[in-house]
Amino acid sequence: MSNLSVNTGSGSWEVVIGLEIHAQLATKSKIFSAASTAYGAEPNTQTSVVDIALPGVLPVLNKEAVHMAVKFGMAIGAEVADRSVFSRKNYFYPDLPKGYQISQFDLPIVGTGSIDIELENGEIKTIGVTRAHLEEDAGKSLHEDYAGMTGIDLNRAGTPLLEIVSEPDMRSAKEAVAYMKKIHTLVQYIGICDGNMQEGSFRCDANVSVRPKGQQEYGTRAELKNINSFRFVERAINIEVERQIDLIEDGGEVVQETRLYDSVKNETRSMRSKEEANDYRYFPDPDLLPVMITEQYRQQVKAELPELPEQKQQRYMDELGLSAYDAGVITASLPLADYFDVVSEKTADAKLSANWITGELSARLNREEVDIQHSPVNAEAFAQLLKCLKDNTISGKIAKDVLDAMWNGEGSADEIIESKGLKQITDTGAIEAFVDEVIANNASQFEELKGGKDKMMGFFVGQVMKMSKGKANPAQVNELIRSKMK
Amino acid sequence: MNSNYHTKTVTELSAMLQAGEVSSVELTRYFLDRIKSSDDKLNSFITICEQQALAQAAESDEKLKAGNAPALTGVPIAHKDIFCTDGVKTSCASKMLDNFISPYDATVVKNMRAAGVVMLGKTNMDEFAMGSSNETSYYGAVKNPWNLAAVPGGSSGGSAAAVGARLAPAATGTDTGGSIRQPAAFCGITGLKPTYGRVSRFGMIAFASSLDQAGPMGQSASDCALLLNAMAGFDEKDSTSIEKAVPDYSADLNKPLHGLRIGLPKEYFNIKDGGMDAAVEAAINTALDQYKAMGAELIDIELPNSALSVPVYYVVAPAECSANLSRFDGVRYGYRCDNPKDLNDLYTRSRGEAFGMEVQRRIMVGTYALSSGYYDAYYLKAQKCRHLISDDFKKAFEKVDVIMAPTTPATAFNIGEKTDDPIAMYLSDIFTIAVNLAGIPAMSIPVGFAKSSTGETMPVGLQIMGNYFAEAKLLNVAHQYQQQTDWHKQMPEEFKA
Repeated sequence: MSNLSVNTGSGSWEVVIGLEIHAQLATKSKIFSAASTAYGAEPNTQTSVVDIALPGVLPVLNKEAVHMAVKFGMAIGAEVADRSVFSRKNYFYPDLPKGYQISQFDLPIVGTGSIDIELENGEIKTIGVTRAHLEEDAGKSLHEDYAGMTGIDLNRAGTPLLEIVSEPDMRSAKEAVAYMKKIHTLVQYIGICDGNMQEGSFRCDANVSVRPKGQQEYGTRAELKNINSFRFVERAINIEVERQIDLIEDGGEVVQETRLYDSVKNETRSMRSKEEANDYRYFPDPDLLPVMITEQYRQQVKAELPELPEQKQQRYMDELGLSAYDAGVITASLPLADYFDVVSEKTADAKLSANWITGELSARLNREEVDIQHSPVNAEAFAQLLKCLKDNTISGKIAKDVLDAMWNGEGSADEIIESKGLKQITDTGAIEAFVDEVIANNASQFEELKGGKDKMMGFFVGQVMKMSKGKANPAQVNELIRSKMK
Repeated sequence: MNSNYHTKTVTELSAMLQAGEVSSVELTRYFLDRIKSSDDKLNSFITICEQQALAQAAESDEKLKAGNAPALTGVPIAHKDIFCTDGVKTSCASKMLDNFISPYDATVVKNMRAAGVVMLGKTNMDEFAMGSSNETSYYGAVKNPWNLAAVPGGSSGGSAAAVGARLAPAATGTDTGGSIRQPAAFCGITGLKPTYGRVSRFGMIAFASSLDQAGPMGQSASDCALLLNAMAGFDEKDSTSIEKAVPDYSADLNKPLHGLRIGLPKEYFNIKDGGMDAAVEAAINTALDQYKAMGAELIDIELPNSALSVPVYYVVAPAECSANLSRFDGVRYGYRCDNPKDLNDLYTRSRGEAFGMEVQRRIMVGTYALSSGYYDAYYLKAQKCRHLISDDFKKAFEKVDVIMAPTTPATAFNIGEKTDDPIAMYLSDIFTIAVNLAGIPAMSIPVGFAKSSTGETMPVGLQIMGNYFAEAKLLNVAHQYQQQTDWHKQMPEEFKA
């Protein structure tokens, strides 16, 4: 095993990575038929005669898919082609009903563009986007449950995909993940992909090679297929880089091939070599006309673009006074930003909202590996909790306990505060009674306090809080003790 | 009562139905009986839809009684078995689809049904429309009604033979390289291949997508006009169909031809390598004289890239078919081999056992032409040549209104005569292919007879080519000729009664 610290690009090897990201477009119907694209239906219930490729059927392009592709192109400042062409990619597989996939080959809809990513040291690096093209997804082969047979589910067949191809500009797995996350955020912002990686709506192939530092030519690359989580992308690339360096250092040669990442064994293994690769026999699909895009349409789509992540981050800083860090964390995920917008509006306190969302809420989400869309505490409920904190109904410490209870489904903030009697005591008479009792019980310590031993203040506040079960308003407690000292 | 309905054209039958002189049920039963009693001689039908046809006929009679029924209401016709028909076997004359019952109607079938047409059955054809003689059908060769030893042409051979023998008043066909016009010529009927995109391809099983076009096959130009009125039109399910209003194709039939400029391409009349039958050329020249007598002007023109047509076609069509036929994989429908060992075995044996030799030949040619390293030399180059061929026509139509030429270099050849020589077979389409490559409309009309190589008297077809969307002009030119002559009314002796 290589002892080189290749992940950060130091040592004598340089890592070269390019990504092909498949983003499933959030159209209601398929790219060439009217069947629904909704996920999770009974097998083969979302298939039209076109999707199952009956004899005689023809594809009709879904204009919404084109609109979404153009949106992406305009969002990354890419060239959007006046004329792009659908081609047939020919290969046989049972989940590919026509025996060819309709894709784009030499004339893609989106041409050269770029995306900026932030490196760990805070530097900004520009990653080139070579192209993005429209294509249809295949169905699914189900190898379990059919004793010696294979089941075919064509619900996914014909789902629109935007394949986003990067330049080989990334130099570490971390950069690759940063790029992938950036695209992931962007496609959700512009509303063209739900970004759901578990359901396969966003996945990638990674082209990985290594070369001695300073060498101009690229090394031979391996393509890691179909990786559907950020964590796996990082692990798959690192393990593949290690494999390639070990291989070369042991006198071997990397062969151009397609490899599969096995997340259970944390290894990559060969699927097929270049020699075994299909000759896809691309040719323009005679059933579809070229896609013509006018400058007017491009400008119209550009004008329709929503606020993009960087723009939102800047606005949060300028208008809401958030720190660059908080604004960055929140805007890195559109659902999180949406959540923040609701909480911040309802509480009318952006900073408090940001602190609690990036702090307590995010900690719980991360611990339980839940994403914000599936948070057991929704934005409205969370805002209610923060309002209770803000108006001194509860203290910050109690608020954390209430959040735990809300997380466990025990009810709303108000209900929990009410049923558990957590409401902060702000009645001066009630607090004074506690203070008097504590002073009576600790007469000598009180003398020390009065004598100038300020450290004793903490002790007295603590005792009162304990007696009030944490519900006394700490500021009031402080004030009352001081008044007793006079 | 012998009503001799088979001697009537669609135009005549339509008038009789509208006038209540005959019911659709009577007419439909008459033709069903004719098919049952005579088709064993021809083998022109794959499926006869007796129950369905009679039910459609009864429905049509209701509509006729109610009044204001469309012109074709109650007229029985046959559909080529390349069109998907809901609930009816749609085989494309292949073992691959012998068990396939379509769950939907092709747009052509739907449009014609909406126009009131009754479907008698599905006609035989070359397998997947690949052939020029109707000998590649899984259901056996179709015979020419004029000479049962001869081929009817292909690929719409069943439709041509059925109409030629008047087993159906008219039929639909499809034309990828001549598959309406060549069999129309061989069987002495009138056939029209419309402009590419004029008729929807949805539900028509694809052979070569950029060339395939459906059209009518009937006894006269007037019949074809009526049928095309029902078939044509934009279809949102076919992206290559053209959004352009459909004129009434019957409206201009009677326009006089005085001053019509007819182009005669020298490449279609001076075949150096033989193949051009003198008797056929003589019949064509007589027809041209007739046009001259009707006031038309004959103008010599050039289509200099004509010689490229056959080679270009036999790259483009197989390339497209090699992908189009990939869906027939034994997985979802159609033929599946017994006991496949593994996936590869399932594919190779299902396809190997169910596709005929000509289909396999074309899939292999096309696969080769598209393969890495050959694409530029074959497919791309062929597409470039296609532009040259189209440009030839564009230039020609600046000088002339229509172009005329023989539909075929010779009359129908005998069954088995060319099956071992694919090149000779392909060359029988030499005059029809360029039209498909350019996408223009063309017709074939019967203009006389010529003695075949075996001494039989066989029909000769004149091809009339027009500019894009000039179908009405073609029909007018053909109809005027048919007003002056009766070649289109001739019936083969064997099927006269």
